[in-house]
Amino acid sequence: MQVKPIEQRDADYLMDDAHVTIRGLSKKFGDVVIYDNFDFDIPRNKITTVFGPNGCGKSTIINMIADLMPRDAGEILINGKPVRETRIGYVFQNYREALFPWLRAIDNIRYPLQFLNLSKAEQKQRVDKLVEYFGVKIDLNRYPYQMSGGQQQLVSIMRSLVVEPEVLFLDEPFSALDYEMTLMMRDQLQKVFMETKTTMVLVSHDLEEAIYLADWVLLLSRHPAQVADFVNFDLPRPRHADSVIDPHFVEVKASCLETFQREVRKG
Amino acid sequence: MKIGTKFYPLFGVLGLVVVWYLGVLSEIVDPILLPSPGQTLAAIYNGMVGGELLFDFLRTIERTAYSILIASVIAIPLGIFLGSSENLYRSVEFVVDFFRSTPASALFPLFLVIFGVGDQTKILVASFGAALVILFNVAYGVMNARETRLLAAKVMGASRFRVLTDVMLMESMPQTFVGLRNGVSLALVIVIVAEMFIGSVDGLGYRVINAQMLFQMPDMYAAIFVSGALGYGFNLLFLTLEKRFVHWSGK
Repeated sequence: MQVKPIEQRDADYLMDDAHVTIRGLSKKFGDVVIYDNFDFDIPRNKITTVFGPNGCGKSTIINMIADLMPRDAGEILINGKPVRETRIGYVFQNYREALFPWLRAIDNIRYPLQFLNLSKAEQKQRVDKLVEYFGVKIDLNRYPYQMSGGQQQLVSIMRSLVVEPEVLFLDEPFSALDYEMTLMMRDQLQKVFMETKTTMVLVSHDLEEAIYLADWVLLLSRHPAQVADFVNFDLPRPRHADSVIDPHFVEVKASCLETFQREVRKG
Repeated sequence: MKIGTKFYPLFGVLGLVVVWYLGVLSEIVDPILLPSPGQTLAAIYNGMVGGELLFDFLRTIERTAYSILIASVIAIPLGIFLGSSENLYRSVEFVVDFFRSTPASALFPLFLVIFGVGDQTKILVASFGAALVILFNVAYGVMNARETRLLAAKVMGASRFRVLTDVMLMESMPQTFVGLRNGVSLALVIVIVAEMFIGSVDGLGYRVINAQMLFQMPDMYAAIFVSGALGYGFNLLFLTLEKRFVHWSGK
């Protein structure tokens, strides 16, 4: 399948070395048009966060990219291939319902490996490496329901990373966690990103989080969703608690907030 | 005080025995119809230790066990199959609900004509009743599998078949056990009623009706209490199995 050549593109947020390309995407829920002929490119080896008004289709877009939800029209390619031919990871907001409670945490993490044709030794190596990345101190022989929310979501993230996905999607992954745990998990995710450079797309309802984690922030308009802005945030990593008072952060946040409020007022 | 709470159920038992004794002592009830707790206990003991009651008890267990086994073998796979497609289940839902609501005892004459007066009829009618209860619960368990979990398996690369075996099947387990528990108590009811029918020569139902006809009241009460204990025991057994195999249930 061919991606539309660059000269036919009309917006400056479309790029040459995109990891995920979205062309002519349309989606309706009943009579409500969520996406109408939507084009977008997701950059490679970057964290792109998606932020926008409630109900604008933030989660819808990653669900359609991940093929968890059918689209009405359009083409979505990951590295030029349909999603079915690529390895992706997906982290759900509701970790309680996403993990398998009948499996121990370690077996939850191993579960997707069986679809990859790896030897036992390779499988073990994958898991060990991951445990090392995260510096996991929790007992992975426990069942998910014996763990705290943050630990469960950590297991979820490990399960999505163990296949070494081309793209990792995260749908408001920390919104069900308490603040302390959220801060810790953001930094865990950032650490993994710095180690692996995995392309990530993270939906957030928290602007500060969206900017803190992002290389690029995609601001969506009210539905039908358009790109309200696509903002680069290049504060060097690792970012930490103080980053949110860095002048660059404050400036980007102010700009994003202005765009967001303009979009909200339109509705 | 905390240690005391687990003995609370004993108070109810004690209360029952006291009321029973008072009933016997005051002769409110004809002494022939209501033997004393001691006489009844003695009848249970004599019957269960080397007596005929033990044999009848084992025969009823055997029939109920066969019933629930046959019912499970048929209803669990069928329930998974029907539940895996909501449209399919909706098509057969009325038929399942109709026969689930039909008292299985109404089917005895039919089964007697087809299978005769032997064990077959008793076991099959009980299986029939239990199977529908199990089927209904399994199908609902499969249909109510958490959407997120199914999507999680799909996104990790599980085929539709693997989603069914790895997720839907496991998701249906808690509800399956609800079905099994309801199924086994229904099967026991049907087996005991069936044992009261013509042509029966053993079983707790036979023991109850036989003692009644011979006016051996302590034996009749003994058989009734043993039936109660059996029903309670089956329930306990399935609850224990559930805790062991569906450890995540309700968590």
